[in-house]
Amino acid sequence: MGEGPGTKRRKNDLILLAAVVLAGLALTAAYGLSRRGGADAAELTVVVRQNGEITATYPLAQDGSYTITSEDGANYLVIEDGAAWIADADCPDQLCVKQGKIRYAGDSLICLPHSLVVELTGSDALNLDGVTK
Amino acid sequence: MNQRKENRGTMGAKRVARYGLLIALAMVLSYAETLIPAFFAVPGMKLGLTNLVVMIALYRMGSRDAILLNLLRIVLVSMTFGNAFSLLYSLAGGVLSGAVMILLKRTSRFGMMAVSVAGGIAHNVGQILMAMVLLETKQVGYYLLVLWWSGLAAGLVIGLVSYEITKRLPDALFQ
Repeated sequence: MGEGPGTKRRKNDLILLAAVVLAGLALTAAYGLSRRGGADAAELTVVVRQNGEITATYPLAQDGSYTITSEDGANYLVIEDGAAWIADADCPDQLCVKQGKIRYAGDSLICLPHSLVVELTGSDALNLDGVTK
Repeated sequence: MNQRKENRGTMGAKRVARYGLLIALAMVLSYAETLIPAFFAVPGMKLGLTNLVVMIALYRMGSRDAILLNLLRIVLVSMTFGNAFSLLYSLAGGVLSGAVMILLKRTSRFGMMAVSVAGGIAHNVGQILMAMVLLETKQVGYYLLVLWWSGLAAGLVIGLVSYEITKRLPDALFQ
């Protein structure tokens, strides 16, 4: 095979892997920095979807709290200071509460037991509903 | 490397059989992957099991066969399980990752792990570029944050598995 773990090759592999990891970290950092200044809460919309259908939308800039109910249960959504989060829910796992606050376009809060998705969308929001294979 | 040049013009029966076998394997793996529940939050995040076949072809048969197999399985899998859009996404990912893997392998400086990782990431980059073109928005670039790491992870797994498979495959299969 000649593909054995030659030390030189292994070293090159490690270098390439390290470069890939560093590039990934740089991407993440650059994205975080670009977001810090650029995010404008005034333009974002909180979209509430139940079973895939939009049941309510709220501007992120407007503080408020809402109880979202369905036959499966209730979630208590809070919008304040440019962030949205689920403060309380009667689902067993409380994952939606643990997901914390969302501030940026594309971020979402998901409560699977209640088929609830709370999503932040920007002015030219992404609508990806295709599936790649 | 045991790369054997076969007659260029004629396609020996063995070669046809080998292609058929590998393409069938690629299609089965593609299908198997659709059975994994889609709990991943980001579209496009996947293991890329079919890349096993491309890796095996690349390392046991050669670049030309790898390219041919890669294109054939993309077209066939999209026609069977997908649609025109999934064909475009698959092509973007498959062609870019195939090109990157072949180039890296040709340098003879990297092992299968590195080649596979680079291929995994290139695949996701290709798909995001295609999404940018199709959706006419740069916002999809956001997904690269996640897909970069998932490509890395998938590449590591596939690289490890293809290394173990490749060294165990009997030479007789490729003669």
